[in-house]
Amino acid sequence: MVDSEMVLTGQTIAYTIYCIVIILVVAWFTWKVTGSGNGKGVKPALFYTFVGFLAVLGVSLHIITLNTIPWTKMDLNRSDYTPDKSFNITVSNHQFILPAEKMVVNVNDKVLFDVTSEDLTYGFGLFREDNSMLFQMQVVPGHRNDVIWHFDRPGVYTIRSTEYSGPRGAAMIVKDAVHVLPENAAN
Amino acid sequence: MSFTKTLIFGEEGLFKSETLTPMQKLTLRFVVVGLIYFGFVVIEGMLMRLYEVKPLPFISEPQFFAILTAHPLVGIFGSTYSIVCGAFLFLVPFLMKKPLWSIKLGNWTFVLIAVGTFVFWFSGFVSHYAPLYTLYWPLPADFSQFSVWGGTFFIVGIALVMVGTALFIINIFKTIAYTPEGWEKQPSGALLSSALGITGFNNLFRKNKKEHLVPLPVAAVARGSVDMALNTITILFTGVLILVYMVGSILGYDLKETAIDALLYKNWFWWGLDLIADGLVLIFVAGTWYLLAMMITGKPLFMQNIARAALLVELVVSWTVWSHHLLSDQAQPAILKVVSGEMVTAFELITQGLAFFITLATLWSARPLKMTNPLKFLLGGLLGFALAVPAGIMQADVGLNRILHNTQWVVGPHVHVAILIGLTMTLYSAIYLLFPILTNGAKIYSQKLANIHFWCHLVGGIGMGAFMGMAGLNGMLRRTLYVNGEFNLFMILAAVSGALILIGFLAFFYNIVMSVGLKGVLGIFTPAKVKTKDLVPQG
Repeated sequence: MVDSEMVLTGQTIAYTIYCIVIILVVAWFTWKVTGSGNGKGVKPALFYTFVGFLAVLGVSLHIITLNTIPWTKMDLNRSDYTPDKSFNITVSNHQFILPAEKMVVNVNDKVLFDVTSEDLTYGFGLFREDNSMLFQMQVVPGHRNDVIWHFDRPGVYTIRSTEYSGPRGAAMIVKDAVHVLPENAAN
Repeated sequence: MSFTKTLIFGEEGLFKSETLTPMQKLTLRFVVVGLIYFGFVVIEGMLMRLYEVKPLPFISEPQFFAILTAHPLVGIFGSTYSIVCGAFLFLVPFLMKKPLWSIKLGNWTFVLIAVGTFVFWFSGFVSHYAPLYTLYWPLPADFSQFSVWGGTFFIVGIALVMVGTALFIINIFKTIAYTPEGWEKQPSGALLSSALGITGFNNLFRKNKKEHLVPLPVAAVARGSVDMALNTITILFTGVLILVYMVGSILGYDLKETAIDALLYKNWFWWGLDLIADGLVLIFVAGTWYLLAMMITGKPLFMQNIARAALLVELVVSWTVWSHHLLSDQAQPAILKVVSGEMVTAFELITQGLAFFITLATLWSARPLKMTNPLKFLLGGLLGFALAVPAGIMQADVGLNRILHNTQWVVGPHVHVAILIGLTMTLYSAIYLLFPILTNGAKIYSQKLANIHFWCHLVGGIGMGAFMGMAGLNGMLRRTLYVNGEFNLFMILAAVSGALILIGFLAFFYNIVMSVGLKGVLGIFTPAKVKTKDLVPQG
């Protein structure tokens, strides 16, 4: 299944190719525009084609991600999903207050994280052991901050605040807070 | 000339500050102060880059976050606003072929932006007030973390900048519309309609089209100034709100922070802030590209009417894109995320892409061009936005934002490449182009140094953005510290890139000082001896 690591790999490849192409285009243009030439103008048809291309590109990016990134639809329609497990977490005074029981889930569980802030605006993110991000959301005081995540592989995840909340926010880390066990393993 | 003589009197002694008009002095003051604040920003940036590799013993953690707070604000207000205000206060009357409405007001703008920036920078430096430029409620009023007095001075400094900005906007619109003494009465209403795009819009429904009374770059400045005005109102209102809490605390009243809804505040704040990031910056930049392309080539702009219409579209787009900053806020309505956050934001790809194409096509029509400093920096600026805008469109996606928000990706390939390469190289192009006009024919001291400036800035800026982006894709957050060296490889490479930018800036600064001489630099700040409202000396 497509996970955030794969999405980021795809993005890295696509953006890197784009960067190389656009740098080469500008370099080629610079070479041509300062080289020999006759000052012939650009045809309007080329301009309109370019604008059309940009319009298609801008819209298709979102259509493609909506249909290929697995969490997008679930994210926009959270109320339509029934989670397999729910965890209520409170954040107060730069501390994550986790549920009393250990946060253990099984592979393929859809898990709801409902995070409440009692004072400042924080962030809530899950990170892999290599520090890469699984997902994150903002935690705004006075509002419901919930995300459903489908865990598709085993792992151990660290919680980290992903929003600046003053100098003390940098220390808001709970190591190995969420454990995802292989399917059918005993909790 | 000997080195000492050049250092004192400038290259070949050509720059004579006593020949400058008040308008030239005003513009040059803005540019000098803007460049000094850019130096602040580069040094602050380098300190943070080094701190991200290994905490520096002479900087405490609260000081680091105070620098993090001041860095973008000094960059935007102290540096960019100074240079942009100075350039446009000169260029609008230059293009309208009439004097600036009020040089006095222009001087007040200069003083308020320069002093206001110093006040907020210094109060942050002393008190470590660090709620970041995002000011997410109720952090700016969290007096358990921050000094209330430091915060008060900080906000007052920002307010001074905003008042200076308001005076700039008044001066711009007055200059477009007023009738100079002894002139035939100018059609004020029609001039403003043309500048704001109302004439162009009405032309869509008219058989007999009305001609555009203001040049295209002036229309861009006017429309960008609308966003600037709305942004000024937003920031001033936000500042007053924060000040109410601060004054309350100073007087011993603990006002209830929950009286302000944090999400509503965030929507309000980002709506206002995006008027800079997605409004006036993009509109001003497009207008500057068009002006530079026309001045470099001496030819009319390609697809001029489309460019005018696009500026109007960009203005409307800038009022409706703010939600892309709230894609990770789960309480934000999904409809706002998709329509404002994704779809309207995607329009920026079209409007900015269109400006990119029109500028290139205008240059193309004048082949072969000589590779001058204005041309090479303009091409650098175009490349910067061509790299940064798609990076922004990618993160303004509901799916991708879940794994990109607040990572180094946002601030690297998008923000730093847009500002350092796109915006700053465009400004450098304008500075190189206007240099002989503003200095009455002074010569650049060294072309070699100008080339070093160009390559160091371009490679350093793209490199920094790229390595920050790689760190972000690997999970590194922005606005925090990694004290165990988790992302050191990327941060060291980003620091090396930052060092290149610093070298480039030093080369540029030295080159400019040697071009005009120390005497000339000081002369810019003395009262003008030539008493005239003309932009440049006549005859």
